[in-house]
Amino acid sequence: MNKLALSDDILMKIEKPARYIGHEVNAVVKDKSKVAVRFVMCFPDVYEIGMSHLGIQILYDMFNTMEDVWCERVYSPWLDLDAIMRKEHIPLFALESQDPIKDFDFLGITIQYEMCYTNILQVLDLAQIPLRAEDRGEDVPIVIGGGPCTYNPEPIAEFFDLFYIGEGETQYESLLNLYKACKKEKLGREEFLRRAAKLPGMYVPRFYEASYHEDGTLAAFTPTEDGIPATVTKEIEMDVSNTYYPMKPVVPYIKVTQDRVVLEIQRGCIRGCRFCQAGQLYRPVRERDVETMKRYALEMLKNTGHEEISLSSLSSSDYTKLPELVDYLIEECDKRHINISLPSLRIDAFSLDVMGKVQDVRKSSLTFAPEAGSQRLRDVINKGLTEDVILKGAAMAFHGGWTRVKLYFMLGLPTETQEDIRGIAELSNKIAATFFEEIPKEERKNGRVQIVASTSFFVPKPFTPFQWARQCTKEEFLDKAYFTKRCIGEQLNQKSIKYNWHEADASVMEGVLARGDRRLSKVLLKVYEKGCFYDAWGEYYKNEKWLEAFGECGLTVDFYATRERSMDELFPWDFIDCGVTKEFLKREWLKALEGRTSPNCRKQCQGCGASRFGGGICFEPREADNTCC
Amino acid sequence: MKVRIKFRKYGPVRFIGHLDVMRFFQKALRRAEIDVKYTGGFSPHQIMSFAAPLGVGLESNGEYMDIECNSVTSSRDMIERLNSVSVPGIEVVSARQLPDWAGNAMASVAAAEYTVRFREGREPKFDWTHAFGSFLSQDKIMVTKETKKGLQKVDIRQGIYEMSSAPSSDCPAIHLLVDASSAGNIKPVKVIEAFCDAFGEKLQENALFITREETYTNVGTSEERRLIPLNEVGTDIEESTDMYDNINGDGNIKTANREGMEDGL
Repeated sequence: MNKLALSDDILMKIEKPARYIGHEVNAVVKDKSKVAVRFVMCFPDVYEIGMSHLGIQILYDMFNTMEDVWCERVYSPWLDLDAIMRKEHIPLFALESQDPIKDFDFLGITIQYEMCYTNILQVLDLAQIPLRAEDRGEDVPIVIGGGPCTYNPEPIAEFFDLFYIGEGETQYESLLNLYKACKKEKLGREEFLRRAAKLPGMYVPRFYEASYHEDGTLAAFTPTEDGIPATVTKEIEMDVSNTYYPMKPVVPYIKVTQDRVVLEIQRGCIRGCRFCQAGQLYRPVRERDVETMKRYALEMLKNTGHEEISLSSLSSSDYTKLPELVDYLIEECDKRHINISLPSLRIDAFSLDVMGKVQDVRKSSLTFAPEAGSQRLRDVINKGLTEDVILKGAAMAFHGGWTRVKLYFMLGLPTETQEDIRGIAELSNKIAATFFEEIPKEERKNGRVQIVASTSFFVPKPFTPFQWARQCTKEEFLDKAYFTKRCIGEQLNQKSIKYNWHEADASVMEGVLARGDRRLSKVLLKVYEKGCFYDAWGEYYKNEKWLEAFGECGLTVDFYATRERSMDELFPWDFIDCGVTKEFLKREWLKALEGRTSPNCRKQCQGCGASRFGGGICFEPREADNTCC
Repeated sequence: MKVRIKFRKYGPVRFIGHLDVMRFFQKALRRAEIDVKYTGGFSPHQIMSFAAPLGVGLESNGEYMDIECNSVTSSRDMIERLNSVSVPGIEVVSARQLPDWAGNAMASVAAAEYTVRFREGREPKFDWTHAFGSFLSQDKIMVTKETKKGLQKVDIRQGIYEMSSAPSSDCPAIHLLVDASSAGNIKPVKVIEAFCDAFGEKLQENALFITREETYTNVGTSEERRLIPLNEVGTDIEESTDMYDNINGDGNIKTANREGMEDGL
């Protein structure tokens, strides 16, 4: 047992001290005198969120299989402990060894959503690491960023020594070998980074320079030295069935968001919804071998003792071996009294049958994500879900005993009109009507159906066909939400429909950070200096502080969010090659504006560019199909 | 078959709350492949009962939980299996079969024994090692207790069964035996607060390091208590010599053996 970094006095004072004591089941403890590299992996949010993230568990497992590497974990201290650590100058520590992070070789930060950027600064600050990479000396850990947000790393470029673009399984070993070699030769930080920048997938911001046009748009983005690649291509694991996977994930003591075994059945998505960033970034679709998945499931259940298992992927219904896997899990889990938590599935006879077997129908609800209210707008966003499919699915579900339906929509999508918004209300109403039409009065439980319609605000993301789209202002967003509410109020079955909408302020800021450039590092520093962090937590997000910071830096929210972008604009993230080409994204954007859909990868190749990775769905036979759009 | 498990809790895991210790054991029982009985329904759960909850920050040498099993191997095997899947600081020390008449762990608790140490620099100034007699000679010891109805003044004198210098410890400490039944549970910190209070001092914040040494049940009467440790109600489960005892109802050989076989391959 390692001595704890925090005193008993502190641990007795703070909320959930178990967040900070480590020593969880399957946590890896090594002899620090016998390892060459000490790596600490960070998720810049509270423990319960960070511990629920599969990616960290995969990398934690991978690093710790390397004999001379010890990988530990750290999360954002909650506000109560944060205040104490600042007051008492306690350096942020890793959970396993309880040693200060500033003494490590690497601090790896996974960046999953834009609103956690200020928490990155919190972590660096508490760790007593200079916030800006250029202020860091030789004795400070190399700060590496990874995860989906690093596909546009520019707003946070100044805070990182290095970004690893793409999937972590492939290049870390070479990176650490390079580090060890450089350390041996005493080459120093700068030289290590210079050499690292030449490894595949690595982006070292200090060796690139941005210049801007008078109107503020990017003029050029170029390496500052010879030999530094102008384009960074994402890393991708093509053999997903034979790679690292954590057979012994760490089991937290306290209840966390994802308190279960997670089985990642595939990477990527065949669908090509035009608003979805993940759907483009993780191309091509790569399925994991079903027999491997079965084996992993049982082994992980045994090693963790979890009472629940869930499947993870972007669109689990598209996993070709889903019925086989689910049948197997139902049988094996039943023997072991394990619950199965289903991912969101396309509603059809198969999924309803499975759901009926693994959930209490009376307590569970049915989820549809039409994302847009009208067929026209669903065609624009390429969401291949029709009203007919939704209503038929709902009817089937109502006969099966379900009475609760959740619907997810977005407001502010490109080309959206009032008619499209009214469609949200009308679709909700039709689903309620279907219940009353299909289910005779005497069979209606409590006599009612509950529809919950939720809207979020559309945020354009890099590497999607909508990267050229203008984002709505906060006022436009709120007008749309009020209009939705009014339309729902006008429906015949309005009493059966509940409507929720998200905060608008943070959605706008998320959009700004998503498509931001290097100049935003200054804004982030200012915002953090004003005391902002945990901005992903609605109750701690202070919009006025953010706006102040923009003003002080001479930048505007409008430039990044609401501005119309021309087709030939150079984007800050264009130097990254994520597999899909800008030409493909342009084609898709133009098709979207015409309301034309594109078939999914399994039906017809759209020539996105991802086939050059030489595997996955790009090399599987197409589905014989005549309903192709 | 009901099995009572006794465990220790010490070190960093002191900061894990009672509910999380329960969750820990639910998972540990699965990892150890103990053949626990489950309730029915869509979210089946293990049939499990814990004795007196231990406060966050306290250490214990005498925690208990009861489980119901479909089949068991032996006390020794269960202890070994649970410890092999446990974490540093949670250590199973006994697993004994309960007679059918035994009440569950929670309902059985009558008293708890504690060793209380003052943290360095937080000892009271009065000569406390010689003050127990006069403290206990009071007819009433009133403390404020948080109840569902708000703060209430209650007399805890009757619930303090023993209070003296703790024997053979590295630093001066207090031995306490107090009521721990669900109706009259007394927290050790309340006793020490009243103790300091009685001598005109205020107990400092987080001044105590408390170890629960044992949890007792009363096999006497309410007038004449006869306290025995909770695990003395049960009996050790002997290793069976008959290999067929190791076969479950469904015909599967128990995992411990099956794993052994795989290792041999």
